[in-house]
Amino acid sequence: MNSYVPILFMLGLGFAFAALSVFTSLVVGPKRYNRAKLEAYECGIQPTPQAAGGGRVPIKYYLTAMLFIIFDIESVFLYPFAVAFNKLGLFALVEMVLFILTVFIAYAYVWRRGGLEWD
Amino acid sequence: MTAAVLPALSNLSTLPAAFQASEVNYVAVMPLFIVFVTALIGVLVEAFMPRERRHRVQVSVAVGGLLAAAVSIFWASSNLGLTMGLSDGSTNRSLFALAIDGPALFLQGAILLMGILGVLTMAERFGGVGPDAFTPSGASTPGSPVETAATRAGALTSEVFPLTVFAIFGMMLFPTTNDLIGMFVALEVLSLPLYILTGLARRRRLLSQEASLKYFLLGAFSSAFFLFGTALLYGYAGSVYFGDLSSAISTAPLAMNGLLLPGAFLVFVGLLFKVGAVPFHAWTPDVYQGAPTPVTGFMAACTKAAAFGAILRLAYVGLDTARWEWSNALVIVALLTMVVGSVLSVTQTDMKRLLAYSSIAHAGFILVGVLAFDRTGVGAVLFYIVAYGFSTIAAFAIVSLVRQNGAEATHLSQWAGLGKAHPVAASAFAFLMLAFAGIPLTSGFVSKFAVFSAAVGSGATGTVLAVVGVLCSAITVFVYARVIVLMFFSEAPAEKVEVVTPSAMTTFSIAIGTLTTLALGVVPASLLDLADRASQFVR
Repeated sequence: MNSYVPILFMLGLGFAFAALSVFTSLVVGPKRYNRAKLEAYECGIQPTPQAAGGGRVPIKYYLTAMLFIIFDIESVFLYPFAVAFNKLGLFALVEMVLFILTVFIAYAYVWRRGGLEWD
Repeated sequence: MTAAVLPALSNLSTLPAAFQASEVNYVAVMPLFIVFVTALIGVLVEAFMPRERRHRVQVSVAVGGLLAAAVSIFWASSNLGLTMGLSDGSTNRSLFALAIDGPALFLQGAILLMGILGVLTMAERFGGVGPDAFTPSGASTPGSPVETAATRAGALTSEVFPLTVFAIFGMMLFPTTNDLIGMFVALEVLSLPLYILTGLARRRRLLSQEASLKYFLLGAFSSAFFLFGTALLYGYAGSVYFGDLSSAISTAPLAMNGLLLPGAFLVFVGLLFKVGAVPFHAWTPDVYQGAPTPVTGFMAACTKAAAFGAILRLAYVGLDTARWEWSNALVIVALLTMVVGSVLSVTQTDMKRLLAYSSIAHAGFILVGVLAFDRTGVGAVLFYIVAYGFSTIAAFAIVSLVRQNGAEATHLSQWAGLGKAHPVAASAFAFLMLAFAGIPLTSGFVSKFAVFSAAVGSGATGTVLAVVGVLCSAITVFVYARVIVLMFFSEAPAEKVEVVTPSAMTTFSIAIGTLTTLALGVVPASLLDLADRASQFVR
């Protein structure tokens, strides 16, 4: 039973932190509202579709998120590699360089095709 | 139960403690490597090449890379064996991710050659700036200002070439993988580009996007089945390698079959979905109809080759020792596929849907060869895949040329009387129809004869399958004969249907596809011999 006490403590701490942050920002935060701030939050997609007769829906947030996932996955592989770097030897180093190169080709494509431009 | 009885635990306890670099035979994996690098170069070309030269450079890079990979298969063929992994000396297990053997290399070569023809038909522009079958901005209405603006802003369609090469890489990997995880990765690498390519049609955009979404959702669904099956088989064998799976089946207690059988069925569901076998065929007609026609041809030929390669490896290497447990289910699937495919093709009024149902029926015929469970069966399946693939790419290339008011005329009534106005195209198409029907002197006859005789040689079940197969072929003969009669003995429709004069590249792929169909029908011996020599799996 004793081993569950830290978990309960952590749970309580988590709730307390969340409640405290919301409360503090309510009390301390400035309240200057404008049009953009009052809009519904739709992950970067404009709440009203842009063109009435179809047309393209902006997917900027989605593109950024996808790009983030690419680097996220890269770091997932880089981290264990970095931890055991000296035991893995040259083979793993070459493998890792090839892997990073492949990811960078995707990155160069995104950059050249305007995926990094917000507007 | 002790650890000695549970294969799962005994395998886990023998994992190597220290890091060992994988053994890689670089010559053996050269074809795969070249295709992957070609796709990456294609991405870089797409990023940095000026627009006016991009299409030509993309086509050259894709075709050049695929040709180089096809040539490198000759060197790979003298380096047969397992590679990309390590062998565990203490327990005598071989943990290799890739099996470079006869069937793998044969299918890699077939996919590369059919892929080249596919790329050439996709490159058709009819005098325009980009590949004609594709749209640079799928969300816009055809010919609208939005589309013009997108084109002016630099949206081009030459991305289809790197996408196709990535798909070809996945297809080559699919029959080569020697473990379930690798097979899943290959499945996704080949599927994801195909989902995108399906949605890129220039004309009838909504149909194309609907097809793309359907294909994606059903494909994701079948991938989930495959993964769940993989998890169960891993729980059964304690390993994802086919070699371990095979030996676990012969040593594990019967009580463990509760994991083995559902696992095997679920993995087969994932693979049978890709070949469009009944009851996992529902996506096939919609996707074949909606996708840009050159993509349909490429997909029909190459995906089938890759997926049947994977089915062969799973059935002959991974799960062969448990064959009696699951083969009856596959027999039922084969029967259903042949019957449903050929009966439903009778009722079709759209040329692309007709060819889709015909491809379902052909998947059933190929399954009959798979179920022969001997080397003759493997050889017959390999031959069938090549014969069917080349005919299919040529047939869909011809479909993409028959047009009314600039759009493809796929309704059967629009094909009436085509033989009088355009005898060459109509004759070539009629010949391909005869090949699909399995008339002598075409590759279709030789391939059907090969799979059915392999099935008859395998025993009573095989004989039943072969008899049903022959009956279903007879049904499909009616369908194809009707198309031929329509083209040559009917009055043309009031509104003029024309056969557009294609570029040299499309002409080349139609000619090669048709001539291969003829050559494999008249002198099939050399390819049959090659397929027979390539029919041995390594374990």
